[in-house]
Amino acid sequence: MRLLLLALLAWFGIASQALAQEFSLTIKDHRFEPAALQIPAGTAFTLTVTNEDASPEEFESDDLDIEKVIAGGAKAVIKVEPLDAGRYEFYGEYHEDSAKGAIQAK
Amino acid sequence: MLGALLIVFREVIEAGLVVGIVLAATRGIPGRGWWVSLGILLGALGAGVVAVFAGAISNAFAGSGQELLNAAVLIVAVISLTWHNVWMAEHGRELAADMRQVGTDVSEGCKPLTALTIVVLLAVMREGSEIVLFLYGIVVAGTGMASLLTGGSLGLVAGAALTALSYYGLIAIPTRYIFSVTGVLIALLAAGMAAQAVRFLQAAGTVTALRTKVWDTSWLLSDSSIPGRMLHVLIGYTDKPTALQLVVYFATLATMFLLIRCLRLERPARRAS
Repeated sequence: MRLLLLALLAWFGIASQALAQEFSLTIKDHRFEPAALQIPAGTAFTLTVTNEDASPEEFESDDLDIEKVIAGGAKAVIKVEPLDAGRYEFYGEYHEDSAKGAIQAK
Repeated sequence: MLGALLIVFREVIEAGLVVGIVLAATRGIPGRGWWVSLGILLGALGAGVVAVFAGAISNAFAGSGQELLNAAVLIVAVISLTWHNVWMAEHGRELAADMRQVGTDVSEGCKPLTALTIVVLLAVMREGSEIVLFLYGIVVAGTGMASLLTGGSLGLVAGAALTALSYYGLIAIPTRYIFSVTGVLIALLAAGMAAQAVRFLQAAGTVTALRTKVWDTSWLLSDSSIPGRMLHVLIGYTDKPTALQLVVYFATLATMFLLIRCLRLERPARRAS
């Protein structure tokens, strides 16, 4: 019984790892680094956005339906559903002139 | 400057439309000015608190704190709006009849006012925290502060003007119909908020059922455009709704309708006794 439980736990561990592919972005001087991300289509992933600026930013994407405020010096983890192949733009709402980027799902 | 104006304007009209509808819906209830002002004031304070703790909130619940807080706030607002509409179904007709008479029962009037004060508080808090964060960012950056702050102030004034416009538009409706109209508006407001709460729960990964997007009308009317945002507040318009959002939207409307129907049917019986 205990063994079964352990096996189950291990399986969940693997499953959750397999589910969560991780990608990350950094905001610095109101710009995204990198500004272009390649992501495999059809798999769920998490996007960690680190804001290295002192001022807050709102990470926003109409294409991905995401809206998330990130305080200065803070980090946000965003869960993204599996994407169809294509280009998905995102931007920083508070600095729309400079903070722009896109995800390319392939 | 224009960017700052637009950001502040967008957030102000979202909260402002809610305030305008609440003001129209409480017409004739004594003391409603105080209650609504209290809601705005507490909401502004709440916005400051949410902004100060933005980092901590965001990190809570494995990074989903922001979504969960938004969902919770919206759900409380939906409950308050439902409570108000149900109360109005019972008392609205008397209220409309008594509207010009001084001395409507104050203790009776207090009940929906607390509910709507909460709604105003939450709307101002949610949208206001984004304004606070944005303005804080301007102050931190220090550059171009004057022009950005001017833009922000103009956005605030324009948003407030639109709120006033929506309020005066609504109260131009004849007294006989006003509570029916505001009742429908509040029902739509609640349904839209419920659907948005679902979206936040889905973004947080808390709710995973029925996540398929049913349609995509972002080419026609985008959520991020000003008309899109206004319709989003008023009727809950979303350019890419998920199946569960639609289900919850109509379920909220149906629940409210049924509650009101039950009360209306119950009332004549109570009078006869």
